[in-house]
Amino acid sequence: MIGTLRYTAVQVARFALLMVAVSIVTFALVSASPIDPVQANTGQAALLSMSAEKREQLDERWGVGEPLWERYGQWASDAIRGDFGDSLRFNAPVTEVVADRLAGSALLLVSAWLISGALGLVLGIAAGVRQGGLLDRAVCLYCYVLSATPTFWLAIVLLMVFAVQLGWFPVGFSVPIGASAATVSLAERLHHLILPALTLSVTGVANIALHTREKAIDVMASEYVRLARTRGEGGMSLVVRHVLRNLLLPAVTLQFTSISEIVGGSVLVEQVFSYPGLGQATVTACLGGDAPLLVGLALATAAVVFAGNLAANLLYGVIDPRMRREVRHVR
Amino acid sequence: MIERAELPAMPHGPHADAERHHHHTHAARSRHPGSHHLLTVEDLTVSFSMYDESRPYFRAERVMREQLHHLSLSVHEGEVVAVVGASGSGKTLLADAILGLYEPNARVSGRIWFDGEAMDASSLARLRGHGISLVPQSVKHLDPLMRIGRQVVGACAKSERARREQRMRELFSAYGLAPEVERMYPHELSGGMARRVLLMCALMDEPRLIVADEPTPGLDLELAVHALGDLRSFADRGGGVVLITHDIDLALSVADRVAVFRDGTIVEETASSSFDDPDLLGHPFSRALWRAMPQHGFAVPRDRGSAKDFDSGREGTR
Repeated sequence: MIGTLRYTAVQVARFALLMVAVSIVTFALVSASPIDPVQANTGQAALLSMSAEKREQLDERWGVGEPLWERYGQWASDAIRGDFGDSLRFNAPVTEVVADRLAGSALLLVSAWLISGALGLVLGIAAGVRQGGLLDRAVCLYCYVLSATPTFWLAIVLLMVFAVQLGWFPVGFSVPIGASAATVSLAERLHHLILPALTLSVTGVANIALHTREKAIDVMASEYVRLARTRGEGGMSLVVRHVLRNLLLPAVTLQFTSISEIVGGSVLVEQVFSYPGLGQATVTACLGGDAPLLVGLALATAAVVFAGNLAANLLYGVIDPRMRREVRHVR
Repeated sequence: MIERAELPAMPHGPHADAERHHHHTHAARSRHPGSHHLLTVEDLTVSFSMYDESRPYFRAERVMREQLHHLSLSVHEGEVVAVVGASGSGKTLLADAILGLYEPNARVSGRIWFDGEAMDASSLARLRGHGISLVPQSVKHLDPLMRIGRQVVGACAKSERARREQRMRELFSAYGLAPEVERMYPHELSGGMARRVLLMCALMDEPRLIVADEPTPGLDLELAVHALGDLRSFADRGGGVVLITHDIDLALSVADRVAVFRDGTIVEETASSSFDDPDLLGHPFSRALWRAMPQHGFAVPRDRGSAKDFDSGREGTR
């Protein structure tokens, strides 16, 4: 019981520290950015015809020229009270914008995450148990090519082939153009989801499959697999009884650390597919110098990644009897 | 392996028990029901295709490295044959060959008979867990994430499960393991428990021949004696045991016959009683081994030059 309390306290402290660090770094990066937010958000022409008074007003609103620590101090004292400020770009509270965008991205992120995890695991095992076989070489080739391919480039290629030339999928957005979000059916949403989700998962697969393959090769060379073989085990029975069981732990680790890669990849993919989600909002916030929104987005994604790692840590104890005691008490 | 059709049904004809035949002489307990051995290995050569490590990396060519040379070994029903040799001299390769476990880059030639039938790679593979079982060295051979009970039962069809679980419980009580051990994981076992579990994994499959690959290192003397005693009683019930070990003292305490293994081959296969008197040993290396035993004065051959003498003596002993 005391162990559990202690573990929880340590995790909460870690989380708080992470949030502080992420917000400081984000603020520092925004103030180091060469983009003039007033110019970026009003346009060059408007800026030139603007009166000096107006210009000053806008500078104050966007926080131009304010020292970093002053800005951060203001933001932090509000944030502790739960007020994350307003997005200057979307003219709405940051929490609202982030929640809205997170909801928009959730389906894309979760489906890409699950597909890449499942496919990566299957391909990795299939390649690893017959190292050097035809399937192994095919999977390796695929993985090396995909790891070397920039995500945005792949997104553009898929867009050109499947949306423009074949016309199977829409070229962008998460709902049909002109339709109101309330009237869009699930089928239409999925139709818009397929290409971006495919892009994200196809690149995510490579990493997971290669790591899984390495681990599968280790397991196949292990002494317990040798003993199982001498007892007449082989084929699927061996894979299910021993390989899968011993791959579960690294697979869970990979799956949960890949959250950060999926979230990172979504920034590029959403931009290419004009998919209104977290990633696209991040790009908008960066280019518009919208510090409060950017910090909000950074904190939200950091929280998601933290939750993923925490979930992995807790799952270790469930899967591996050797770690159960450690997770319960030592930490 | 050679085509089975070319091989005679058994490697030797009828002979008297004391007669020297097929590279070996008998111990008191060696028997030939149906006038064949339980296991006969003849002329076994195992080589590996690998890159020549003496050449520069990019110019290295594939060469064949021979690890076992023309090795012969026989096991009778009801006897323990100890294969004694230095650690790292390739004894495990012999176990792999008997179990039909070949690396993809291995080339294996020779002849193996099991219970009077000529074997090839696929028939040996079929015997794994159905006639020939391995008792490995350490707890590392158990799946770290699987409960002991499930591992002892092993992989089997649904219809077999109940019967095998029944047999597992019988083995548990026969070897004095508490039923709770069934629910444990390998890392929770003591050394003595692990040893019994590994033996039970083999006995579960009701083998006729057990290949025990270094079953004693890491065990204290009492446990090691127990381990060998269990193998002895398996043989006394009519099974055959190939005991691979580097410990000649322990081997002599349990084995009926000893096969002296050196540099990838068996130089002499003789009754354990021959080690009572060095004059009964046929090969110079066996005699050197005898002299190196603690009770005979720990004498070690002076230099590699004398090792050469052993090789020249090999022909004469066959």
